[in-house]
Amino acid sequence: MMNQRNILAAAFLTIVAVFLVFSALFMHPFGEPTSQAMDQYIIDNTVEETGANNGVTSVVFDYRGFDTLGEATVLFTAVASVVMLFRRLKK
Amino acid sequence: MKGMSSIVKTIANISFPIITIYGLYIIAHGHLTPGGGFQGGAIVASGLALLAVAHGTSWVESKVKEHDLSMLESLGALGFIGLAFLGLIMGGAFFSNFLADTSMLFGAIPVDGAANINTGGTLPLMNFAVGLKVIAGLFAIVLVMAIATNKEED
Repeated sequence: MMNQRNILAAAFLTIVAVFLVFSALFMHPFGEPTSQAMDQYIIDNTVEETGANNGVTSVVFDYRGFDTLGEATVLFTAVASVVMLFRRLKK
Repeated sequence: MKGMSSIVKTIANISFPIITIYGLYIIAHGHLTPGGGFQGGAIVASGLALLAVAHGTSWVESKVKEHDLSMLESLGALGFIGLAFLGLIMGGAFFSNFLADTSMLFGAIPVDGAANINTGGTLPLMNFAVGLKVIAGLFAIVLVMAIATNKEED
């Protein structure tokens, strides 16, 4: 005996499964991103613009500096909270 | 923690400078080879944690205070964001690489991709700031946890 909730759940699951199967079928092949313009720009210009041989560092600290700022903020918050917690435990 | 046997202490004393030099090399060459501030800082902090485990918490506590480590970490964070704001003032954009392609420190441009420590603009300075921050932050976590568990056992 199926009530209304079970029918609703089955319909929802079917829709999700169909979406998953279709997105898996239309997935573009591995190693071929849809847009390569920005990748190629960074590969071509990173040495002239930043003067760094390591492209990853130039992305992390120059092109995507905001991302690293957030990462550093996460680390700072984690350290501050752990130190605060264990300082109270020490007493 | 009371510290371990003298064998462990000797081995830790021998391997600690090697680990530290390797970590500082990873930080200093962040713009040339794989690695950077985060990775090298984690290596140096793990060497310090080895020292803390081998010699015991009270020995480390007599050498360095956790308060100073927090101050060093804040100093690294301030240096990092200060360099970012310096880019805003001198280069016109937040995180602008204002030192690249100038005659100043770290200002050279590598010719034909040749590795040179004097390149990268603000990237090496930011690596140093983040490295200082990660060393002090991770070691502060290890030290404060060790001290807290130590007091609990007594």
